[in-house]
Formats: sequence, structure tokens, C-alpha cells
Amino acid sequence: MNLVDKQLVQRRRKKRLFSNRIMRQIFFSASVFGIVVLAVLLYRIFREGLPYLDIDFLTSFASRFPEEAGIKAAITGSVWLMAVTAPVSVVLGVGTAIYLEEYAKENMFTRFIRMNISNLAGVPSVVFGLLGLTVFVRLMEMGRSIIAGGFTMSLLILPIIVVASQEAIRAIPNSQYEASYAMGATKWQTIRRVVLPAALPGILTGGILALSRAIGETAPLLMIGALSFIAYLPENIWSGFTVLPIQIFNWTARPQEEFHLVASTGIIILLFILLLMNSVAVLIRHKFSKRY
Amino acid sequence: MTVNIKRMINEKKANRRFLSILEKTVPAFFLLCASISVLTTIGITLTLLVETVTFFNRISIIEFLTGTEWWPFGENASYGILPLITGTLLITAIAMLVALPTGLASAIYLSEFAPGNVRKVVKPVLEVLAGIPTIVYGFFALTFVTPMLQLFIKDLPIFNALSPGIVVGIMIIPMIASLSEDAMSSVPDSMREGALALGSTRLEVALKVVVPAALSGIIASFLLGVSRAIGETMIVSVAAGSTPTLTTDVTQSIQTMTGYIVQVTLGDASYGSTTYYSIYAVGMTLFVFTLLMNLLAQYISGRFKEEY
Repeated sequence: MNLVDKQLVQRRRKKRLFSNRIMRQIFFSASVFGIVVLAVLLYRIFREGLPYLDIDFLTSFASRFPEEAGIKAAITGSVWLMAVTAPVSVVLGVGTAIYLEEYAKENMFTRFIRMNISNLAGVPSVVFGLLGLTVFVRLMEMGRSIIAGGFTMSLLILPIIVVASQEAIRAIPNSQYEASYAMGATKWQTIRRVVLPAALPGILTGGILALSRAIGETAPLLMIGALSFIAYLPENIWSGFTVLPIQIFNWTARPQEEFHLVASTGIIILLFILLLMNSVAVLIRHKFSKRY
Repeated sequence: MTVNIKRMINEKKANRRFLSILEKTVPAFFLLCASISVLTTIGITLTLLVETVTFFNRISIIEFLTGTEWWPFGENASYGILPLITGTLLITAIAMLVALPTGLASAIYLSEFAPGNVRKVVKPVLEVLAGIPTIVYGFFALTFVTPMLQLFIKDLPIFNALSPGIVVGIMIIPMIASLSEDAMSSVPDSMREGALALGSTRLEVALKVVVPAALSGIIASFLLGVSRAIGETMIVSVAAGSTPTLTTDVTQSIQTMTGYIVQVTLGDASYGSTTYYSIYAVGMTLFVFTLLMNLLAQYISGRFKEEY
């Protein structure tokens, strides 16, 4: 008895193989689409921005004239902002991760914190801007200062750092804890001398990636009122400031063509900083990642 | 060398008090850190609620939700949020039309077809695309995509919904691709092998076995993409214009909820004016939209998860 109609199978096979081949090509071009967009974007930006890129661009303040405009204030502002954001967000993020992984009991409150963090990660950045504007700028009367911006940014990237640190801590095998406890170490000694050193590469990688998100973020800082045109450098954390993305936004929003070229130059610098940070993160991940 | 064990033990004992205090205070500090995230959520909710209530004391909530005109400046101000919502949804729809097919197709390719070396190139590129700041995408939309579109659509204004919509879509592709690919990779190989052994082609394995098995993850990635598109700010601020219009015409200048919030904070709406409070009402609406999407995504990926 013949259960399979061979002719039917053969007749259909050609069509099936053909659509397999065609769809494979379509799927392939969809994945290449991203590469093409990235290439076009980079090509445009470098072609327009490179002519303006020189040492003057890095060392002058913003100007009404495109050929004199520079990003000194913006770069300094970005560095100041990171100087506030990095310690605050890393301490809070790693602390939260240690609490959740090492101390938290499995109860309602812990589950609530977990759910809360994953929801915070999905809150749009403008909403964080509204929070910063209301709580830090107005309620705590910090004004439109670096510290208000830094706190807002810290809260924005907190979920990223928490998740990265949690993963890094979770990857440490139990045997490490047991060895430490067997030597008579207390819980905190174990965390400080065994867990944190072992989790450090993962925490650093996650932290750098989170900071690179913060350095490119524009909307919340626009909202808390970072200035777009200042001709002085911030003196302390209470000063007004501007950052790189806001300067780029300011140039992009102007109608004159020349300022769009200057914006491209600013983007080159921004992308270069991001590239640098990401390379460091990748390097740390490669160099220090340990397998147990 | 002699080791004075007795002295060492006594030293340890002297330290013990300090240690036991440390053991008690350290968890408290970490609990404090963890509470900050909870405080952030409470802060966001309270901020939005309080200021929105102030706003609704001046403008009726009915007018806000059903009004078809949004013109918050000058004498005859009117606060109907519908134009901002349709503007946001228009951008989101265009973005998802771009991002869903492309992202899903790349995910299928990467998970089911790609040879190892192609994966090694494509995945990092997608990561780079995901890491580009949104202001750069905004610049790209305004100075490249819009002029390109103007070649095809003759009288397309500089500010329109189409160009930022497409670019928001491009921005979301990596997210959908990587989340969907994660979902597909967790489908066990035995299921693929079973289908292949029955004579399926790779395409049939992908579409009839892997995609259905990973569907909950794919839908969740789609919803998270929608949430991202709704909350996206800089691209639309730069390239979509600032004229709230109740329209579905993609060639018109529109305004989104996020775009409006940025516009007001950039201008000098004086503290305490109705315009100032309106950004909180709009922010509240935005927050509710994205929260619903995120919760739905979590529910679907948790509820319909297939365990193998």
C-alpha cells in the first residue's frame, strides 16, 4: 500500500524549494538593511562634518557664526554631568542589585521592587524629565544645575545598571560563597571580598554602557532646562550647563544650512566618545570575563 | 616565627562587636538603595497626579479627553488632546510598519538561516544601531530622509509625519530583532530537527514551527517596540514639526505628546500658567499609554510562555 502520493510530493517540491530560496534572500536583505542605514548615516555625517572638525571646534564656545562655533562648553558640561551621574547611579544600582540578590527575602516587597525596576526601564525619558523638573529643580530648589541634571540621569539609567549587576552577581557559582563561609567569613565579608571582585567586570561593562546611554540622552535635560547657548564653563555642580546632544539639537533646529554642517561635526565627536566608551566596555568584558 | 594564636583569637573577639554592627547596618544601606527605585516610581506617579489635578481644576477633563483642537497659547486656548494622540499614534503606526517586518525578518534570518560569520557581522551592527543617540536619528530624519522623500512626493513639507515615523521605525528594528531572536533561539533544536526529518524546508521550519512556538516573545517584543515609539522624543521634536493636527495624512506636519512637552519646556511658559500644567496632563497620558503597553508585554510573555 502506498500512503504517499509520490507525484504530488514531487510536483510541490519545486515550488517549496523555490519559495525557500526567495524568502531566504528577503530575510537576508532585511538583516542587511540595518547595515546599509548605518553606512549611509555615517557617510553623510562624516562628509558634512569633517571639514569643520579642527582644534578650534573643540576649544571654542557656541557662536552666532557657524564657522566660529565650537563645543567647549558642551563637552565640559557632558563631563561634569557624568561626574555626578556615574557615582550616584553606580552606587544606587549596585546596592539595589546586592540587596535583591543577596539579602532580599522572597516576599511581596521584593517582588514589587523587581516589577518596579522592569517597569521603570520602560518609562519614556521625557517622563523622567518631568520628574526631574518638578522634584529636583523646583521642589528641592536645585535650579537648572548640573546636580539636578545628574540626579535625573542617574534615575533614568538606574534600571540598566541594576539588571547588569544582578546578572553579574548571579553568574558567581555557589562554590565561591561556600568556600568563603567555610573560612569563617561573615556575609558582608563574603560580599565585599568575594562577590564584588568577581562581579566587577560585569558591573563595569553594564555601568559604562548605561553611562553611554546617558551621554547621548537629550530630552530629560532639555526639560530640566539645560541651556543651549552658554559662553562660560561650569564652576561647580550648582552651575548652569549644556551638554553635547543639546548643542547638537540646537544646531539642528536652526534653519541655516551651515549650522546643520556644524551639527554633523558635533555628532562626529559624540559618536567618537560613544565608540570609545563601548570599546572600553567590550575590552573589559573580554579581558576579565572568567569562567568557573 | 611564632604565632600567638591566643592573641589572634582575642583580637578577633574584640572585632566581633564591630562586625556584628556592620552585618546589621550594611543590609539596611542596601535596602535604602533598593527603595530609591520604588521612590522614583512613587515620585513619578505623584508628580504627574498632583500637577494633572491642578490642570483639571482649570480645564474640564471632558474637554481634555474629547476636544479635537490643541492650541494652548494665547487668548482662545483650547486643550483637546486628541490631535496629540492621533499624531503620536500616526508616528507609531508608521514606525511599526517599518520595524515589525524588517525586525522579524532579520530575527528569522539570524536565528534560522544565517551562517556563523554573517551573524558575527550583523549582530554587532544591530547593537551599534541600538546605541546611536536619538538626537542623531533626528538629525538624520531632518537632513537626509525628508529630502529623499521630497524627491518622490513632490510637495512634501519639511516637517511631516512620514520621515520621523520611518526613522523611529529604523531605531526600533534592533530591539525587535534581538528580542524576537532571543525568543526564537530558546525554541529547542529537537523541534526543528523533527520538522526537518519530516521533509520540511528551512522556511517551513521557521514559519510553521519556530515562529508559532516563539509567538509570545515576538508579540512582547512588538509591544515593547510600540511603547518605545510612543515615548520617542527627539526624532519627532526635530522632524515632525509643531502643529497639532487631527489627521491621518502622513505628509502633514503634526505634533506628538512628547513633542509638545519638549516644545513647552523649551519656550518660556511661565511657572504656574495653564500651559505649564498642561505638560503634566499630557505626560500623564503618555505615561499611561506606555505603562499599559509594558504591562501587556509582560503579561503576554509570562502567560503564554511555552516551556520546553
